[in-house]
Amino acid sequence: MVDWQFFALLLSNGVLIGLMYSLIALGFVLVYKATDAINFAQGEFVMIAGFLVAVALGAYGAPLWLAVALALAVMIAFGFGLERVMLRPLIGRPIVAVIMATIGLAAILRGFGPLMWGAETKPLPLPIPDEPIVWGPFFIPPIQLLGAGVSLLFLAIFGWFFLRSRQGIAMRAVADSQQVAMAMGVNVERYFALAWAMTGIVSALGGLIWGNLLGVDVHLALVGFKVFPVVILGGLDSIPGAIIGGLIVGIVENVAAGYIDPWVGGGTKDFAPYVLMILALMIRPYGIFGKQIIERV
Amino acid sequence: MSAQLEIRDVSKAFGGVQAVARLSLEVPPGEILSVIGPNGAGKTTLLNMINGFYHPDRGRIALEGADITRHRPSQIAELGVARTFQNIALFKGMTVLDNLMLGRHVHMKSGVLASFAYWGLAQKEEVAHRRRVEDIIDFLKIQDLRRRPTGSLPYGLQKRVELGRALALDPKILLLDEPMGGMNQEEKEDMARFILDVNEEWGTTTILIEHDMGVVMDISDRVTVLDMGQKISSGSPDEVRSDPRVIKAYLGESRRA
Repeated sequence: MVDWQFFALLLSNGVLIGLMYSLIALGFVLVYKATDAINFAQGEFVMIAGFLVAVALGAYGAPLWLAVALALAVMIAFGFGLERVMLRPLIGRPIVAVIMATIGLAAILRGFGPLMWGAETKPLPLPIPDEPIVWGPFFIPPIQLLGAGVSLLFLAIFGWFFLRSRQGIAMRAVADSQQVAMAMGVNVERYFALAWAMTGIVSALGGLIWGNLLGVDVHLALVGFKVFPVVILGGLDSIPGAIIGGLIVGIVENVAAGYIDPWVGGGTKDFAPYVLMILALMIRPYGIFGKQIIERV
Repeated sequence: MSAQLEIRDVSKAFGGVQAVARLSLEVPPGEILSVIGPNGAGKTTLLNMINGFYHPDRGRIALEGADITRHRPSQIAELGVARTFQNIALFKGMTVLDNLMLGRHVHMKSGVLASFAYWGLAQKEEVAHRRRVEDIIDFLKIQDLRRRPTGSLPYGLQKRVELGRALALDPKILLLDEPMGGMNQEEKEDMARFILDVNEEWGTTTILIEHDMGVVMDISDRVTVLDMGQKISSGSPDEVRSDPRVIKAYLGESRRA
């Protein structure tokens, strides 16, 4: 009975944390889906958004709604601007150029955050209780519940957007073939910018939730590394895949930490998802829901 | 009658290769014009310049009197020029319906926020566009394929869906790059019938590249022959068929081959 309770606890925690990973992975998926760009700076986007909210709350005493609105506005503008300044000139260049550019951007942002706002860890308080909700065997921290809820809401909104809205269909067309989309009258650059702006929205929310959970400093960017196992498992371009991948990573790292850490002294959480990622790459490299691309030579 | 599409003295080179050289062409509204010629004659380059994929090195292209020489492909599509591709270029992960709805893109006006809200204007618009797409689905007799991902369709049907997507733009000018390439005889006849019906029903000006001479001679009002980037002949199918320069170009081609 006690074993079962322990497992249920690990599982519920994994599900909620996993959905919070899904939110950040969604930012990555949106950009990849529309523009084929692999954004290695996703974690840094989240970090910058976290800084914005924490500094607005802490240093300037802004009300929460204003701090969040500010972070959203800045991150959307940042997404638009980034597409314009850094990514548009790289259109048509080898994909590795974009990858290197985002890796460089990530390093710049990791330097910029602490430089601008200080290196010390800043709290990002939210007006929600700290005490976990106890329900049967489950101990649920309210922030995780909020994070999972926000995550599901935005996954649903963006899922609907791609499936049903005209802009979503156009964005899928752009992702499929930029040239053909152009010939159909789609302004490709506009959709690239929209995708980066949408990633800005997701990153702002991710910064809010993860910033509250972990505190805001340069290490907040590390949450971005969890995106890779999530999207490799779920598929780089799949929104349902981001949910499933997030759940798998969340559950696996919690269960692994719960059962293996006592034997090895800790740290399992940090590498278990990557073991899974490498296995997944060997078995199903396009992910559970990703589109299977048959390379024509 | 004045030209709907006017191509004047247009040239395009890639590196040292002169793909199109000082080509002039006038297409009156409602005409079905076939562009033929040996491989490498510059036919696809010509279509790519009309729809804005390439910009000519020199010369001018005008649509209904307005200069479109330097326009982007998306702008030219908005002005009413639709096209298909030599190798089918459907959006493979998307359904037939989504592909056709994308063809309506240039006619859709509501923005991101309106479409997120999904009511009022956006919904009314959606219904109107869906009706137009249904007309095209009926016209092309692909009713039972609506929800099928295009990648799963047989080749001939993919070509038909691609025509449908171009028609969804309600184009003034339709550019077809080998619409019957790779088809069997029955599929070719169906496609020829659709091209003629489109022209008859909507008066759509059609410029097509095609290798099947039987089809070309059957459906064209006029045929233009390119060789090495230059126009060597232009006229009715019968005139072109008996033009010694055309015969020479084709014989030359077969000797090279």
